[in-house]
Amino acid sequence: MTHSSTSPRCAGCQPQPHGVDNDRRQMLGWVASGMVTSLPFLATDAKADDVAMRLVDADAESDFKPLRPDDLKPGKPVLVYPFDVKTAAPKNESRLNKLILIRLAEDQMTPETKARSAAGVVAYSGICTHQGCEVKTWIAKESALACYCHASKFALLDSAKVISGPAPRPLPAVPLALDGEFLAIANVVPPTPGQ
Amino acid sequence: MSHLLKKMSIAVISTCAFMAHADTKLGPYAPVTDARLTNPEPQNWLMYRGNYQGWGYSSLDKINSGNVKKLKLAWSSATGSTEGHQSPPIVNNGYMYVTTPNAQVIALNAATGEEIWRFKHELPADLLMLHNTNRGVALYGDKVYVATVDASLYALEATTGKVVWKTTVGDVKALNYITLAPLAAKGKILVGSSGGETGVRGYVAAFDANTGKEAWRTYTTAAPGEPGGDTWPKDAYKNGGASVWITGTYDPASNIAYWGTGNPAPWPTEARPGDNLYSTSVVALDVDTGKIKGHHQYHHNDAWDWDEVSAPVLIDTDINGRKVKGAVHAGRNGYLWMLERESGGKINFVNGVPYVYNDVFKDIDKKTGRLTYDLTKRPGMGKAVKFCPSLWGGKDWPPEAWNPKTKLFYIPANNNLCSELPAADEITYKKGDLYIGYPIDGVLGSLRYHGGKPSTIGELQAWDLKTGKMAWVHKYDRAIWAPLLTTGGNLLFTGGTNDKLFRAFDASNGKVLWQYSMPSGVTAVPSSFEVNGEQYIAVQAGWGIDAQRMQAGIDSLNSTVTNVPQGGTIMVFKLEK
Repeated sequence: MTHSSTSPRCAGCQPQPHGVDNDRRQMLGWVASGMVTSLPFLATDAKADDVAMRLVDADAESDFKPLRPDDLKPGKPVLVYPFDVKTAAPKNESRLNKLILIRLAEDQMTPETKARSAAGVVAYSGICTHQGCEVKTWIAKESALACYCHASKFALLDSAKVISGPAPRPLPAVPLALDGEFLAIANVVPPTPGQ
Repeated sequence: MSHLLKKMSIAVISTCAFMAHADTKLGPYAPVTDARLTNPEPQNWLMYRGNYQGWGYSSLDKINSGNVKKLKLAWSSATGSTEGHQSPPIVNNGYMYVTTPNAQVIALNAATGEEIWRFKHELPADLLMLHNTNRGVALYGDKVYVATVDASLYALEATTGKVVWKTTVGDVKALNYITLAPLAAKGKILVGSSGGETGVRGYVAAFDANTGKEAWRTYTTAAPGEPGGDTWPKDAYKNGGASVWITGTYDPASNIAYWGTGNPAPWPTEARPGDNLYSTSVVALDVDTGKIKGHHQYHHNDAWDWDEVSAPVLIDTDINGRKVKGAVHAGRNGYLWMLERESGGKINFVNGVPYVYNDVFKDIDKKTGRLTYDLTKRPGMGKAVKFCPSLWGGKDWPPEAWNPKTKLFYIPANNNLCSELPAADEITYKKGDLYIGYPIDGVLGSLRYHGGKPSTIGELQAWDLKTGKMAWVHKYDRAIWAPLLTTGGNLLFTGGTNDKLFRAFDASNGKVLWQYSMPSGVTAVPSSFEVNGEQYIAVQAGWGIDAQRMQAGIDSLNSTVTNVPQGGTIMVFKLEK
């Protein structure tokens, strides 16, 4: 089996951040390549043990608590690291692994964004596509997340498209799923609406 | 071998021969000595501002106010980088060195633009870059020194670019980063660290030019028990900023280097009552030991992000009818400061006058220069406050210039701009995070006009230090980020505008004599040099960082969109024959 580099079925394909750690790169690679559509065990089992990643607060140094949707206050972004359930350790080798989670109103999301969300929570890379700073300032009146170095603004309800500022690209999006009561990185491509 | 192949081989050989010829025209590299740095030859531009005194002056006069209209592009070369290019082309007997964002050094033949070598330091993949720029190399002996945005210092072989040594200057995980050109003096390479917004404890550090071994490190926030240690509340000095991100000036006669320091951190003053020495100051350091021999704080307990990092320009001249060994600085706080240097390092206040609109300073002590503030103009907790000039100041980092022929001191200023900061946030220091105290959209969206939309913002000002009065001013209908070069040919060169023009002014009266449309906006330091009897003017085009951010602020005020193309190009001009 070979990876195909493009797939018309790939909904919400996103560029991957440079330097993402191997596990996540592999996962995002599957997402980006549309591989999942030809890997039935992944496409049908969102909680495959070998890749399940929950999410923990990036500031936690011990006592890691995987986050549930209710742990997130609406409109309050949280920087998180993927959390490997098997090793009970966050994937925090590089700060580039940081993701931003935020709970937003589902009915305000574009269909693409909604398809990647879980229980109203969306996730994106927390690293700005401009100069690598963290993106964590929520500007409620614009429904935008701003980079804390240079204030590029991203529309989180709409695939983190660039609203303003020097960032050249949207923040890479990360599809979420529920793993029981916990938020987890989905290892499936959300279905394209209408298909 | 076919006829065609033979022809091609000959062509290749002759091309190589031509290239070899062009290279050999350079001749052997002339080592850079203390004597040469103290008295740089007119044909060379050996350091950031051309001389230790920080004048930004070339005595060359073949290009002059009479013939500058005939200035034409001699050669240009793309740097391959985007973002803000700020470094001057530094030239030693035909060898040119420029630096660019992303920690790159390019060595070229100054007369032809032919590349000799290119050094590219691979930056850590997870590096966070608040200011991705570099302001140039230092030359010393047979080496070229560059400090990088991941807080490293490199010594490179001048003719090959090979790394001779590398040392780590600061902790990049604590967001130390370096953008300045090093200062080379008496066998040492001196650098400082940026990080006024990341909670560094500012410092100047000196390294042995041959080995890279650290000789000394002097912190610019005073600890308890040190002079000035009582100007901070407990432990606040540890992340108190006073970063050093512009090259110091140097007086070889007294062996004292003068460094400007940045804002204290965090920005709101509530958590750091006191003067916060040596933030927003000039400090006089003994180059052998790093000992602080004197200082002058331009304004105490800064609340406005008015870094005073530009080192004072050392000018021995008449000020108010008295011969003074001067140290002159156009402050980010909007005042032109005239100080006097004593041989032991002590710095005395002489005079301070506003050169742009400032509504914060109510009074200035005529003896000491200490200011009285209008406290309603001091931002902080619990209230949004508007103040003038803006947090980018009357003049940010772009350097002033002094012309000993016109006896005028030139300032690239922005007037009629103010800032409004929202109420400050509570903030605690966290390693690897920003340490500002205001939301970033509040900072970058802070720009306001003084009154309604002004007809002019940028001002190229010329000051007569003798009288303390402005001699002439050229006003722009837009903001400027305009490092200056002045020459013995009665000229003043600068870019700095979003229209991408690079201009030559008559240094005596401010008349625009020549202009050239560049590939990108010019916010870099221009230089001048001579090779084989021909004078050149050189500068990098490459818009980005703070000029771009201020433009975004102005666009937001005007509801306009201004796109200045990015991408670096080295541009070198000479007279048409």
